[in-house]
Amino acid sequence: MVGHRFAEALTARDDGRRFAVTVLSEEPRAAYDRVALSSVFDGADEAALRLPALGPAVDLRLGVSALTLDRARQVVVTSSGPPLEYDELVLATGSCPFVPPVPGHDAPGCFVYRTLDDLDAIRIAAADARAGVVIGGGLLGLEAANALRLLRVTPHVVELAAHLMSVQIDEGGGALLAGLVEDLGVRVHTGAATTSVLTDPVSGRVSGVELADGTRIPAEIVVFAAGVRPRDQLARSAGLAVGPRGGVLVDRACRSVTDSKVWAIGEAACLDGQVYGLVTPGYAMAETAADRLLGGQATFPGADLSTKLKLLGVDVASFGDAHGRSPGALSVVLKDPVRRCYGKLVVSDDATTLLGGILVGDASSYAMLRPLVGATLPADPASLLAPASTGAAHGLDALPDGAQICSCNAVTKGRLLAAVASGEADSVPGLKACTRAGTGCGSCVPTLKQLLASAGVATSKALCEHFDVSRAELFEIAVATGIRGFTELAERHGRGRGCDICKPAVASILASLHTGDHILDGERGALQDTNDRHLANMQRNGTYSVVPRIPGGEITPAKLLVIAQVAEEFKLYTKITGGQRIDLLGARLEQLPAIWRRLTDAGFESGHAYGKALRTVKSCVGDTWCRYGVQDSVGLAIELELRYRGLRSPHKLKGGVSGCARECAEARSKDFGIIATEAGWNLYVGGNGGFRPRHAELLVQDLSRSRLIQILDRFLMFYVRTADRLQRTAAWIEAMDGGLDHLRDVIVADTLGICGALEEAMARHIDCYRDEWRAVLEDPARLAKFASFVNAPGTPDPSIEFTVERDQRVPAPHRPLLPLEPA
Amino acid sequence: MTISDLRQAPARALALVPVADLATEQGAAVLLADGTSAAVFLLHDGSVRAVSNLDPLYGAPVICHGIVGDRSGSPTVASPLGKQVFCLRTGHCLEDPRMSLLVFDVHVHDGVISLSTGGNNRETACR
Repeated sequence: MVGHRFAEALTARDDGRRFAVTVLSEEPRAAYDRVALSSVFDGADEAALRLPALGPAVDLRLGVSALTLDRARQVVVTSSGPPLEYDELVLATGSCPFVPPVPGHDAPGCFVYRTLDDLDAIRIAAADARAGVVIGGGLLGLEAANALRLLRVTPHVVELAAHLMSVQIDEGGGALLAGLVEDLGVRVHTGAATTSVLTDPVSGRVSGVELADGTRIPAEIVVFAAGVRPRDQLARSAGLAVGPRGGVLVDRACRSVTDSKVWAIGEAACLDGQVYGLVTPGYAMAETAADRLLGGQATFPGADLSTKLKLLGVDVASFGDAHGRSPGALSVVLKDPVRRCYGKLVVSDDATTLLGGILVGDASSYAMLRPLVGATLPADPASLLAPASTGAAHGLDALPDGAQICSCNAVTKGRLLAAVASGEADSVPGLKACTRAGTGCGSCVPTLKQLLASAGVATSKALCEHFDVSRAELFEIAVATGIRGFTELAERHGRGRGCDICKPAVASILASLHTGDHILDGERGALQDTNDRHLANMQRNGTYSVVPRIPGGEITPAKLLVIAQVAEEFKLYTKITGGQRIDLLGARLEQLPAIWRRLTDAGFESGHAYGKALRTVKSCVGDTWCRYGVQDSVGLAIELELRYRGLRSPHKLKGGVSGCARECAEARSKDFGIIATEAGWNLYVGGNGGFRPRHAELLVQDLSRSRLIQILDRFLMFYVRTADRLQRTAAWIEAMDGGLDHLRDVIVADTLGICGALEEAMARHIDCYRDEWRAVLEDPARLAKFASFVNAPGTPDPSIEFTVERDQRVPAPHRPLLPLEPA
Repeated sequence: MTISDLRQAPARALALVPVADLATEQGAAVLLADGTSAAVFLLHDGSVRAVSNLDPLYGAPVICHGIVGDRSGSPTVASPLGKQVFCLRTGHCLEDPRMSLLVFDVHVHDGVISLSTGGNNRETACR
């Protein structure tokens, strides 16, 4: 990560292209976010961890390690290819896990927790494991314990010190933390030294650990998370000076004290006698070295070791002089066993200046408190520790311009305000792009929003030039006023005759609210987007595709036969879709009613493939047939698809149901995915394929069928009411203040008290649903909309031509019309 | 339609369509004698506009199915395929000056629309 940051910083500022940068990466994959490693077990996929790709100016060599360094000839010998010459060499080799040399430490079943490959190995071993021991109760150890927990292995944490996370927090915080994580199923053993790893005499595999007091913990997995050591072997063997506990000795410019052509940054460096094991100081070193190489005079600014994290869902934060080591420092402590939180502020001997603090259980005031370190306290310390609502009020305005808002990237309040004042940025993404604030751990994003608000920047939420309100607001207007037409809505709450942005948005809102009204009737016909307008998907040559609903992908041979007959009769191209149904392509506009008459007569109905609406609920075969299935996934998928069919939404909606953890229905790539467990159903939300694939994240576990349906009703209706136009569920959840946790509060715990209304709205939709194609066939006025020409209604358009490819009809290649030839 | 209606129509009328056959802001395709088509629109203010129906980018006869609206008060239609927005008065694409639609002259008499290509319109539309 630090090497990646260095390459980014250097290439971004090296306007004159003075350096050709070669990056050697021992791992076969490009740099990824190790800090978020355990999220891989919690719904994130590897792609989400990947750091932004380095530009074309960087020659990135993956899977190539540096073997030896010849400083006299300025050459690096690598594991593949000829030796590389260098003008300047930057060592960002990081660190490797420290494995205490206890007996059995290298037995099969022992792991470290550092790379994606380590995670893969743990994942494989976890399949046959019941319990695991993590040696080390620090930050990394608790992350590893969480990983084991998510793999359904009972985690034990063995910590030598008297309490957890002894580097960051004190005994009071550690005690509360231990209680909170024990509630989550983690067994904590503090003040405990591991004397040996026990092994099975037959297989030689790990069977447990033994502690100094004789306690034996049975386990099939041992993960060492007992600290790290700098990887400085390359430097040592090249004769570079290293620190007393390792790390290439560098000055404050990050330059080796031995060789002016060699630099070291991150965990591989020893600066001011310290090796920093956090990413923030590593980034600062990367920036320093990059600046120096380009002729700048930057020096390492010193490290802020403040941290705020969520470990096993528990907030932990530590900042400034957290342990009160400054002379005369006073501590104010708030222990709240009811809210289950612990807070400590360390203040100067005259109680006027904040020096540091610790927060466990609730760290919501961290973003406000940390920048106050070194500043005069805006209120009495006890009130600052009070619940966030009051603490935050002292907030942002009291901070000096020099206060750091984003500690990952060392961005000050002054820099952010300057970016806003100069017009460089007027939104959170804008601030991220021009200052990098909020691009690290993300904990300052809420503060960025507040800063924009207090700087008077109103982020434009206008839908388009015709409406100044957002889609969600327009939805509420439509609910409150009962308006059912575009003209009235535009005259009273907007202006003009609309456009291809606002008209489909209004069409979708009206369709969500009034399921019983046909979308082609009256003025609403003019609002429908390309596909909705003729209840079919327009293809590139102006013909349409037809997709009948096949709920859950289950279909009888008789119905398959009907689809085949219709396709043959109308010469339609057929293809199986990704949503387990059949696409019939190449229908002319005027053929659609005849095709649908055949299909509805055979019992088919609209599949809404053309709508921003529920598409399919995909399923695997489930326990009816499958040897591994534990629940009836097909039955549930059909029930859900029929329940939510026709529901118009801000964007398309897809679902999936898998009958066991093997996940053959790929449910986690859907907006809502359900995976069977022995005890019920796990509900995942916010997945999608497409341009930016996302895995759905776990919302609730082990639900009964009725509770699952209740929560899904709420989820879908809440999305329909509050998302922006064309915002899939993933982006909707991401944009929500508080994200998935907030969503869970609203639709599972009903903190806003709206669940009753959401369920009623869904019940109305289900009651009023009618197949909209059948409704077209029954109404001559609607049928008239399917004329090819107003002056020749049944005449096929002579400009639509086909050719044959692989035995099926496809569009004839089109004559390029651009630019249009003058007559 | 009477003989006098036809006399009112321009000499080079390409097609005749009753206004009553159109729905407001929902375009319709009109088949022309040469096998091409025009997209005819009845706007909210009661006026009628007609442009060539072929989408210049895809070569598909679909402009009549586009969403009608306005940009700063000028009537527009958006291509249903690529969503490029065209001015219904000039035929110009607001996003890409290389593209434009042909604009037909429209005369409405006694509830009947007649389309023609007149004057220098063709050159203007295709600059």
